Amino acid sequence: MKRVYVNEQWCLGCHLCEYNCAFANSGEADMVKALKGKPIYPRIKVEGTELVNFAVSCRHCTDPMCVKSCIAGALSKHDGAVCIDHSKCVGCFTCILVCPYGALSQGETGAIQKCELCLENACGEPACVKGCPNGAIVYEERDTL
Amino acid sequence: MKQYVIIGNGVAAAGCIEGIRSVDSEGAITVVSKENHAVYCRPLISYYLQGKTDLQRMNYRSSDFYETMNCRVLYGKEAIKIDSAANHVLLNDGTTLPCDRVCIATGSSPFVPAFAGLETVEKKFSFMTIDDTLALEQAVNANSHVLIVGAGLIGLKCAEGLRDRVASITVCDLADRILSSILDKECAAVMQKHLEENGIRFMLGDSAERFEGNTAVMKSGKRVVFDVLVLAVGVRANTDLAKALGAEVNRGIIVDSHMQTTSPHIYAAGDCTEGEDISLGKRRVLALLPNAYMQGHCAGVNMAGGSAVFNKAIAMNSIGFFGLHAMTAGCYFSGEEGGEMYEQTGDGTLKRLFTKDGLLTGFILIGNVDRAGIYTSLIREKTNLDTIDFEMLKKVTTMAAFSGKSRREKLGGVV
Amino acid sequence: MSVDFIYPEFEVVRNDSRCIACRVCERQCANEVHSFDPKQGSILSDERKCVNCQRCVSLCPTRALKIVKSNCTLRENANWKDDTIKEVYKQAASGGVLLSSMGNPKEFPVYWDKILINASQVTNPSIDPLREPMETRVFLGKKPDRITRDQNGNIRCKLPPQLELSMPVMFSAMSYGSISYNAHASLARAATELGICYNTGEGGLHEDFYAYGPNTIVQVASGRFGVHKDYLDAGAAIEIKMGQGAKPGIGGHLPGAKIIGDVSRTRMVPEGSDAISPAPHHDIYSIEDLRQLVYSLKEATQYQKPIIVKVAAVHNIAAIASGVARSGADIIAIDGFRGGTGAAPTRIRDNVGIPIELALAAVDQRLRDEGIRNNVSLVAGGSIRCASDVVKAIALGADACYIATAALLALGCHLCRTCQSGKCNWGIATQRPELVKRLNPDMGAQRLVNLLTAWKHEIKELLGGMGINSIEALKGNRLMLRGIGLNEKELEILGISHAGE
Repeated sequence: MKRVYVNEQWCLGCHLCEYNCAFANSGEADMVKALKGKPIYPRIKVEGTELVNFAVSCRHCTDPMCVKSCIAGALSKHDGAVCIDHSKCVGCFTCILVCPYGALSQGETGAIQKCELCLENACGEPACVKGCPNGAIVYEERDTL
Repeated sequence: MKQYVIIGNGVAAAGCIEGIRSVDSEGAITVVSKENHAVYCRPLISYYLQGKTDLQRMNYRSSDFYETMNCRVLYGKEAIKIDSAANHVLLNDGTTLPCDRVCIATGSSPFVPAFAGLETVEKKFSFMTIDDTLALEQAVNANSHVLIVGAGLIGLKCAEGLRDRVASITVCDLADRILSSILDKECAAVMQKHLEENGIRFMLGDSAERFEGNTAVMKSGKRVVFDVLVLAVGVRANTDLAKALGAEVNRGIIVDSHMQTTSPHIYAAGDCTEGEDISLGKRRVLALLPNAYMQGHCAGVNMAGGSAVFNKAIAMNSIGFFGLHAMTAGCYFSGEEGGEMYEQTGDGTLKRLFTKDGLLTGFILIGNVDRAGIYTSLIREKTNLDTIDFEMLKKVTTMAAFSGKSRREKLGGVV
Repeated sequence: MSVDFIYPEFEVVRNDSRCIACRVCERQCANEVHSFDPKQGSILSDERKCVNCQRCVSLCPTRALKIVKSNCTLRENANWKDDTIKEVYKQAASGGVLLSSMGNPKEFPVYWDKILINASQVTNPSIDPLREPMETRVFLGKKPDRITRDQNGNIRCKLPPQLELSMPVMFSAMSYGSISYNAHASLARAATELGICYNTGEGGLHEDFYAYGPNTIVQVASGRFGVHKDYLDAGAAIEIKMGQGAKPGIGGHLPGAKIIGDVSRTRMVPEGSDAISPAPHHDIYSIEDLRQLVYSLKEATQYQKPIIVKVAAVHNIAAIASGVARSGADIIAIDGFRGGTGAAPTRIRDNVGIPIELALAAVDQRLRDEGIRNNVSLVAGGSIRCASDVVKAIALGADACYIATAALLALGCHLCRTCQSGKCNWGIATQRPELVKRLNPDMGAQRLVNLLTAWKHEIKELLGGMGINSIEALKGNRLMLRGIGLNEKELEILGISHAGE
């Protein structure tokens, strides 16, 4: 299955992926309209130190702790991707407590949000990958370790 | 074709069904459900009272779940005996179910102490099931004064759920602090203050001794007048079936890392079990939803002849009240026990990390709970803190605290 | 403000109605032009620090930024131009030599733009390169003047060493140190994929790039930095750098601050000490001396590799080239006055040397006249900007061209011409790790490959239009060129007729 991977050697820590993500999931056609003057809720987060940067988003684990821990049955796997049914999420944050990557976060509405590989929005392909100026984020198939 | 019987229809049972079906798509699965509801998750009942979910959305799985999983569910039935010699389970209606493998997923029941005069209370409820909740919902109105006995997770979630529906809520508990099973004194004080600011009244270190109709007489002699009483003193694992069978039972049904009881072919999962808490290094009942599902799934796989191990159980809770979230996990060893604590306080936030012997053993986070799972995984994986930049991680939960190599392994491959 | 004050050259124009305060501009500007004001929740810009590299403009996700030339106007006139006046102010303040980067920006004629290419009509057929084979391969090196046979009458096939290129373009010398590791990696990988060569410059060859040796030209310059046996053996050809178009007659100076880590090791220069390349080679004061170095290098590499001698285009370039062609060199590279540099004294860059077009025509003609054109191949460099420049250079007599500025543009360079600051926001002319990583060689190499693949198509189209199906057949074919707006003398030197003739 194709996943989003970040090559930290090339990650600049520019945070564009966060904005592209927030925009892609905003449902708006214009980034300014979508993001100007408000806090953003990206599903990918840039982390790092002065020396190294990388971005973290859902790993779409083969055996996802978040899905197993969701008290509402709002998280599930579809064709390998971990998906969320926002209407079922009650915001208990158990998934935040169990995700070893810190890949889930509270969204604008209080419900949980996470990377769904832009399969659910109009972007069609992961916006973080498409917008990365240095080719640091890729969307590709990798072999199981 | 194997015959599977799952006793109980909670999340552990759902995990068990999915576990069996991940290995065996043929075998016959029968689920014995005491409640007349498809599987739902009990912690949702307080969210139901708050209006954050409804009966439809509370369903843990889609409406065609049992059909898709090819399971028979016997609603409103109770198993009263497991006859392992005869390979069958006896139900309360006298019927028997043949079985090759059984999973006991009977969960827990509210523990109700023998209060004097409890029978004189007209409106009294437990807060465990949908039926409890629907009954409670019927019983309260905007003028109700509610007394909740027990300031644990159940009592307080009930208080949160009811707050906007009633006139007043008083919570009493014999313990001197709220959430005493998961929070230490200082953290409990922070949460208590927040709950009080949101209109919940507490009587701590004091509890109801006896009831006289709509009045509770407290140990201190104070009298509390109420309309509706919720008893949330505690829960007890439902272990009778296992006991009768001769399986080893302590406070819960003893299971190994394969979720097998000490009786052959009999498995158990969920709140009724007692297994190893790896952060504590001892067995204990861990009545937590994530564990229930994972235990159920593990049991299911093993029942169907697969091989699964669940040996990473730790206590963990994510709980929020009126917008303030708290997360806890593991154990908090005191200084005398050789533990150390790191504390960080901020604007409305509190963080306590507990370490012992170079391992993170537990944490309490209040307010800022972002990416708490990174801490949880350190406990679960027993990560040697010398191999990571724990100083950085103390301040902020980030994957940057891991060495480049281990981070690339964690984030760079298929997981 | 004081007499020193010079109004910023550029203004950063932020469209506040589009700016979402994402702070990408702030994070991406090594010159620290942008800063976030948490109180206002908005971004401020200090245009005094702006070099107009366009990094922020390129990465701004909402197109909220543009950089415009300041219109704060000095009272300039045709004689005292804005630049000229400001340079006086700068020198009056500092007392120092002015430094600049990249090529000569002054308004000297660009002869490429005054030369037009022929095409076939009616009397000779043009060739469609999509349907018919078209040879763009070239071989650089000494060629025999005539066919010779052995006693059995068989043709003697053994040629002196040749450098085979899939198309007549190479990446010219840029040292590791002046440009980044990732820029070198991009050039090396692209050259290998394209079947051409890149050039180490005088910075040595990083051990990681020995693998690209068959597509590498290793340079030996006046400082001899990074030169050793393995280095010479690694390359496909060896270039002796006598001069550089941007700064003929002077050497180079890489400040000690940049001689760190791998750069120090690769150059074989102690960390922190300045790497000074002398103006002349101190062992070369004559063609005979040059011949000694040429043969020393041939000897050191078992006569397996062609030797290139690179000279700047200066006034008597034809005579110099004639001498070089007799020195034993296999290839002469001529670098015109518009060629780029990582740093050169402004006055030299802007006033010394001659255009490559004239130098190339003069050299080709001189070598033909002297009957020694086959002794050497000619490589023309110094602002070859596009495929038609390449075609014109070949028709003027070049065997191949060197490009560098165009390659840097492909890597992201926006010609801000402040390479000397070491703060290249595009990760090219810098050694700062956080900036170097901005150039991902996967992308850089691909863009270089794209650029030259496009040029190759265009070269084939132009050749086909002329009815020519190989580079070899165009070489020195000045009948294919016509001048426009040129005077008699210029046409005479270029050896071409005026349009209409």
